[in-house]
Amino acid sequence: MTKKISILVVDDEESVRDSLYNWFVEDGYRVECADSAKMALSILESDNFDIVLADIKMPGMDGLEMLKLIKALEKDIIVIVMTAFATVDTAVQALKDGAFDYVTKPFDPDDLSHLVRNASKQISLAGENEALKQKVATLESVEDLIGKSDAMQSVLRQVESVAQSNTSVIITGESGTGKELIARAIHANSPRKFFPLVSVHCGALTESLLESELFGHEKGAFTGALYNRKGRFEMADSGTIFLDEIATISPKMQVELLRVLETKSFIRVGGNKEIKSDFRVICATNKDLKIMVQTGAFREDLFYRLNVVNIHVPPLRERAGDIPILVEYFIKKYCNSMNKPPVTIDPSALKRLEEFKFPGNIRELENMIERAIVIGNGKRIYLRDLPIESSLIDSSIESLDENEKNHIALILNKYSWNISRAAKALNIDRVTLYNKIKKYDLKRSEK
Amino acid sequence: MNNQHITIVSFGHFESFFLNRIAREVSLVTNCPVKIKDGHIDLSDFYEPSRRQYDGNKILKQIDTIYSTESYRTIGLFNVDLFVPILTFIFGQAYLNGITGIVSVYRLSNERYNIAPDENILLERTIKEVVHELGHTLGLIHCHTPTCVMRSSTYVEDLDQKGAGFCSNCLDLLKERMV
Repeated sequence: MTKKISILVVDDEESVRDSLYNWFVEDGYRVECADSAKMALSILESDNFDIVLADIKMPGMDGLEMLKLIKALEKDIIVIVMTAFATVDTAVQALKDGAFDYVTKPFDPDDLSHLVRNASKQISLAGENEALKQKVATLESVEDLIGKSDAMQSVLRQVESVAQSNTSVIITGESGTGKELIARAIHANSPRKFFPLVSVHCGALTESLLESELFGHEKGAFTGALYNRKGRFEMADSGTIFLDEIATISPKMQVELLRVLETKSFIRVGGNKEIKSDFRVICATNKDLKIMVQTGAFREDLFYRLNVVNIHVPPLRERAGDIPILVEYFIKKYCNSMNKPPVTIDPSALKRLEEFKFPGNIRELENMIERAIVIGNGKRIYLRDLPIESSLIDSSIESLDENEKNHIALILNKYSWNISRAAKALNIDRVTLYNKIKKYDLKRSEK
Repeated sequence: MNNQHITIVSFGHFESFFLNRIAREVSLVTNCPVKIKDGHIDLSDFYEPSRRQYDGNKILKQIDTIYSTESYRTIGLFNVDLFVPILTFIFGQAYLNGITGIVSVYRLSNERYNIAPDENILLERTIKEVVHELGHTLGLIHCHTPTCVMRSSTYVEDLDQKGAGFCSNCLDLLKERMV
């Protein structure tokens, strides 16, 4: 027993008080006795008790009346009522009024021990639950949402303001920008945070699988449905459902989804019972749903149902200023997970990362840092440890001119616009370099 | 324990062999001499007709008043069914940090549970219960160590599972209190 449980015995009979006092003291509890409800309430005003064991039939205020007053005073106290004359009505009333249990005198010694042991367990679980709630509340719920850039700060502000509401949210952004993290942050900051966040990757499932996954199925609904299974909407009851890659769902599923969002009820595949679920929906997509609506690929009514709030996550290239702190974060993360001492990054490698376009966004940066820590010397990450040279050609740029322009700008920046050194590095003469600068309208960025 | 003796006062008929064995075993466990004595009280004063049992609280109080001054600790041994108002029955009880305790063999025998009589089991259970109540008079509360004699026992099965001696923690506490 980590904490000494305290018990207040309330009974007008001295022999009962003495017996219970002796019994509980021998069990190691802190025990006090009161001979009336009035005395018990007075003791409770000045002292805290975990359990009150009270007789129902007492002169003056009876146990049931006292129970209501105790619960009004301190709802977490466990009250066990006891009586010599058990009736179902009084037992039901006591339990309705918040009693933990109801026992008939005299008790079997074993029953008394079990009763108090169960109450003690309840107290310790309630304590643990409270401690965990506080721990969760104090956790930096948006810890993985790193970014000091204006673009990212704006996203974080939107997350905070939308989290408290119950509205549907669509998170848009390129692949790898951290849309799921945004969804997690919204959930973690919402009143639903103590209930599940259920994620469904719609793009990874066929239409029939997605239907069974979202709505659940009854045993025998299809080949392989050996058991009844809850769907994700059911699992997300009181919590949040996150539908990733929402643009990939079929027209049939779009209709089904719209109906569920409107009624918050559904029927399992192969079932006939309507199931209700209270969930909040957050979707994510890397497609432009407005264009899909215009082309008829996505239902307009579903789009407006989902798109109450839109949070756009900027690609990494639009917030290159966040790269150093992201690099620092991933280095710490992977050094810890690989049990390696902290490494640093060479300034030239960091500079190269800041210049890189990252078509795969943060996911690509994270993979680069993980790889560098695995293959590096364990002390410092150098340019050679980064798979950047091989991916110099930005996959999103297909035009040769565009690549030439970017490469020349990169080399000019590298040599601080020293034309001679840049031309030498590019293996062209200075006149050609001047012509290229003019052709591509390259300008030295101001620092 | 110090050189003063513990007295086991028997109320009702017990074989002298049975009492002597208890005295010897309790003496070994407690490291204190144990004397046996016959006691006489009118148990009808403590009989509760509605429950057909004897009031343990009142008996304990009576034993404490009459017999406790004679020795270091006193245990009254009975063969009647004891109760306290709040519980259906008790094997025994004692004053925590007091001088007196009581034990009844009534619910310790196999016959009570329709099992073949076994004198050795009855003896073992009685010894454990006497040592347990003595532990309470010496300030020990219930212990969670499965084998410790101070573990709470509400059924004979619980008594059979634990040992007759104190665990190391309870022994340390006893030593502190004996100083």
